[in-house]
Amino acid sequence: VIEFIAVQSLNALVYSMLLFLLALGLSLTFGLLRVVNLTHGAFFLMGAYFGLSAWQLTHSFWLCVVLAPLCTALLGALLEKFFLERFYTRSPLDQVILTFGFALVFADIMKMIWGKEIRSLSPPSALSGSIEIGSVSFPVYRLMLIGVGLSLFVFTWLVIERTRVGALVRASVADRIMVSGLGFDVRSLFTLVFAFGVALAGLAGVLGAPITSIYPGLDFEVLITTLIVVVVGGLGSIFGAFWASLLIGFAETYGKAFYPAIASFIIFGLMAAALLFRSGGEDEEEPA
Amino acid sequence: LSTVDLQTLGGGRRRFSLKVWLPVSILLGALLIAPVLGLSSFIQSLIIEIFVFSLLALSLNVLLGYTGLVSLGHAAFFAIGGYAIAIISVRWSTEIMLIAPLAVASAALWAVPIGWLSIRLSGFYFLMITLAFAQMISIAAVRWKSLTGGSDGILVPQPMLFGNPVLQDRQSIYYFTLVVFVASVLVVYLIVSSRFGRTLAGIRENSLRMRALGYNVGLYKLIAFVIAASVAGLAGAMNTVFNLFIDPGAADWTQSALVLVMVLIGGAGFFVGPIVGAAIVLILEHWLSSHTEHWGLVLGLLFIGLITFAREGLAGVAASALGVGDGGNR
Repeated sequence: VIEFIAVQSLNALVYSMLLFLLALGLSLTFGLLRVVNLTHGAFFLMGAYFGLSAWQLTHSFWLCVVLAPLCTALLGALLEKFFLERFYTRSPLDQVILTFGFALVFADIMKMIWGKEIRSLSPPSALSGSIEIGSVSFPVYRLMLIGVGLSLFVFTWLVIERTRVGALVRASVADRIMVSGLGFDVRSLFTLVFAFGVALAGLAGVLGAPITSIYPGLDFEVLITTLIVVVVGGLGSIFGAFWASLLIGFAETYGKAFYPAIASFIIFGLMAAALLFRSGGEDEEEPA
Repeated sequence: LSTVDLQTLGGGRRRFSLKVWLPVSILLGALLIAPVLGLSSFIQSLIIEIFVFSLLALSLNVLLGYTGLVSLGHAAFFAIGGYAIAIISVRWSTEIMLIAPLAVASAALWAVPIGWLSIRLSGFYFLMITLAFAQMISIAAVRWKSLTGGSDGILVPQPMLFGNPVLQDRQSIYYFTLVVFVASVLVVYLIVSSRFGRTLAGIRENSLRMRALGYNVGLYKLIAFVIAASVAGLAGAMNTVFNLFIDPGAADWTQSALVLVMVLIGGAGFFVGPIVGAAIVLILEHWLSSHTEHWGLVLGLLFIGLITFAREGLAGVAASALGVGDGGNR
């Protein structure tokens, strides 16, 4: 029983950390840019595919881990500069349609380039072993993922709370007009944050690829789960994203282990409940 | 043009002018005689599909265009109507005049609690909570195998019309759907152009002011939600009767997204917008899927172009091109 709980909890933790990487990026863009970005799942899958191609070219997993987020960040920056920028003042519905359009386009282009088959990426040989603790064996790669998730949590928190850029980001979340009025380049800051968020999605994609494998359709699955995490955690909150990732990660993993029929039912229920309780019965008007 | 005259702006009176009735009657006449003149069975199927999805898009527009609520879970009620009619006709009765209203009633019944909870939120949060409820229904459709047949779906027997097995061939289903479609369009038109419909538009424009004027905004939103769900349920029931089959695909969130797009392409807030949008999307889909497998790419580019260049949809473009009406009625 203890072994079962240990293995399940480990898997839940790994899953939570992947969700956290995704949710952190989405939550940051949402909090600062106030843009509903439905391309986030596409960038996750893109990160995985870029990682795959980078692996085929260089046969170095570590290069993949660096290249994939960089490529997605570049694409994300272009998307933000040329399209999203014009949509900051438009209604959430317009942003939803625009980014959903891009999500569909990206999905089809990825199908054209990388095909429809299920692809996989193997973890580097240095990390392919496992550690025995008692009678349970933990794959090293998964343990490393947990480490990466936790360190990115600390890193992002430090950047936001303790650096000048972070202070600017927080100030812009509070009042972007005032910040740009003070002479700061809020536009570039937005591009930077969007690119960073998308890079996190790409990183989650390439790091998660050895676990989830890579296939068309994964982008939308991931998008929906990430949206749930972000909604449950509260938009724009790093801590919220972290705790919500853990909650959803554990709920889904244990749900699948005990009640496979209703596992995903539970997480949508959690989202609905979070939405209703947070609103406190009041209308939440969107910022104009 | 009919698009202009039929749009309901706040307080605008409807005009039953020749400009409206002439094109509408010509179109109706054409739809009536076309099968007799040898319209191919393929085209008939396509038109039936357009009727069904126009109805669905029309119902979503009651929420989106008139009340200003963006739902990403409308396919849930389409699926409830579709499953209800399938389950009833497999187990109890195939009399369509009995089971179609029952299907509509089930959709309406589910819409009351879901709507009651959802309308507490607005904007992005409304979108997310409707998505959550729709996903729960979609999961139930897959998992509750004893009722829904799981992912295999349900095969449905031929329905009866007043006890007669007349809905056997494509052509009679075509005429049946045409009648249901025209009747429903009229009902929806009467609703949105009534005092009730103009109140909804008022809520869309400024819900705070409507509340201050003494309107029970929540109740109006809930009624709009239930009406929209009922019409969506009818569309779902028609869809099942046409295909004699339903599976969980009907409840998928991509279905909700597609309907949302139909409304936006045609023009939200314009009465005929959703019908035009549904026709365009379905014709494009059929035409393109025989030429290319990259239907998603084309659809995505369509969204991007539409939202960047033609925010008001085709009806909006037509209206502003003619210099009539208030194109920016949102």
